[in-house]
Amino acid sequence: VSTQSTGPLHGYHTMFAIARSALRAPVRRTFAASASASVHTLPDLPYDYNALEPHISAEIMTLHHKKHHQTYVTGLNAAEEAYVKAPTPKERIALQAAVKFNGGGHINHSLFWKNLAPTGSPETKLSGGEFKEAIEKAFGSVDAFKKELNTKTAAIQGSGWGWLGYNKATKSLEIVTTANQDPLLSHVPIIGIDIWEHAFYLQYKNVKPDYLNAIWNVLNFKEAAARYKEARSSS
Amino acid sequence: MTYELPPLPYAKNALAPHLSEETLNFHYEKHHRGYVNKLNQLAAEKPAWAGKSYEELIKTESGVVFNQAAQIWNHTFYWKSLSPNGGGAPTGKIAELINEAFGSFDAFKEKFSAAASGHFGSGWAWLVRDDNNKLQIVSTHDAGNPIKDGHNPVLTCDVWEHAYYIDFRNDRPKYIATWWNLVNWEFANSNLK
Repeated sequence: VSTQSTGPLHGYHTMFAIARSALRAPVRRTFAASASASVHTLPDLPYDYNALEPHISAEIMTLHHKKHHQTYVTGLNAAEEAYVKAPTPKERIALQAAVKFNGGGHINHSLFWKNLAPTGSPETKLSGGEFKEAIEKAFGSVDAFKKELNTKTAAIQGSGWGWLGYNKATKSLEIVTTANQDPLLSHVPIIGIDIWEHAFYLQYKNVKPDYLNAIWNVLNFKEAAARYKEARSSS
Repeated sequence: MTYELPPLPYAKNALAPHLSEETLNFHYEKHHRGYVNKLNQLAAEKPAWAGKSYEELIKTESGVVFNQAAQIWNHTFYWKSLSPNGGGAPTGKIAELINEAFGSFDAFKEKFSAAASGHFGSGWAWLVRDDNNKLQIVSTHDAGNPIKDGHNPVLTCDVWEHAYYIDFRNDRPKYIATWWNLVNWEFANSNLK
């Protein structure tokens, strides 16, 4: 499985590629003794740790990026290295959970940082255009879209993610959720919202709805619109 | 019949400095109580399952009803698995059984800690026994409860992030290490056959 990293700044294309590569049927390939897994790295945050205040605190952003996401990157590198070296299918299968968990964590969080933007920045405005029209068409209104995404994300029992996803088969925008760190594979990810407790607990404690309302102030709709355009054109 | 939140076996500051009063306040009053409130909300619609015990609901229900019932049960068991007078090496029958099943307390401690800290996502680490008091470590995901699989729980450690985030942030292994300072061996012994 080829998962080339391109350095500190991961384009979302790379993330789509990573997600897509997870869908490929297992390739029969003999790994040469010198083959090594790619080294994944933690992408830089596109803004300062305090840029999303007061909606998401600097403390949360710092821990979330430097600790949680870093752990997924480190874990993914270790799991992939072990996977490549595993001499039997049984041993490879035993490692798949770690690859999925850490790989999914890396994919999801890389997408997440990019679909957030500094408080008050122009990217946080959902301006008129193809994307906004598509949302209104799919959900009735932007408010209805917000309500559905927040409700479905809050309803996740345990850890997971709420997504606005693009369904290539039906050419429509839909709300979907994934459990744990499962990557979104059924749809093209447009907006992801992390509902793991580490994403909000220090600031919002058990009150998930408050976090979900607050995050709407820092969603990057410009990035979302770009992902939507890319998804549409690559259908 | 309404479901009630069982009282905490000790004061909210009783587990400090290991687990803070703030953690117990949120964990008990918001999370644990929240599950009870939600179950009562669901039961108010008078469905067939209303009034059944948590154990029955755990064994027979699924989805949101199971989640509330299981999480109420799990948290009650968790509070009892901890004690202000807990910690240290096991004593009594549980100590023998641990040595039988795992070789030594240290070996058990290592295995249980690994299960707890290595669990991917939300869930619980359990020490369970079978009808012959043979001990085993199992982990369950999210609201999962081992009685559904026919196990008899002996001790549990909550590894949902809300259990440790206030006191330990992302450092789950440090939280697990702290759990060993509070583990209630008396409660463990009371769960044996």
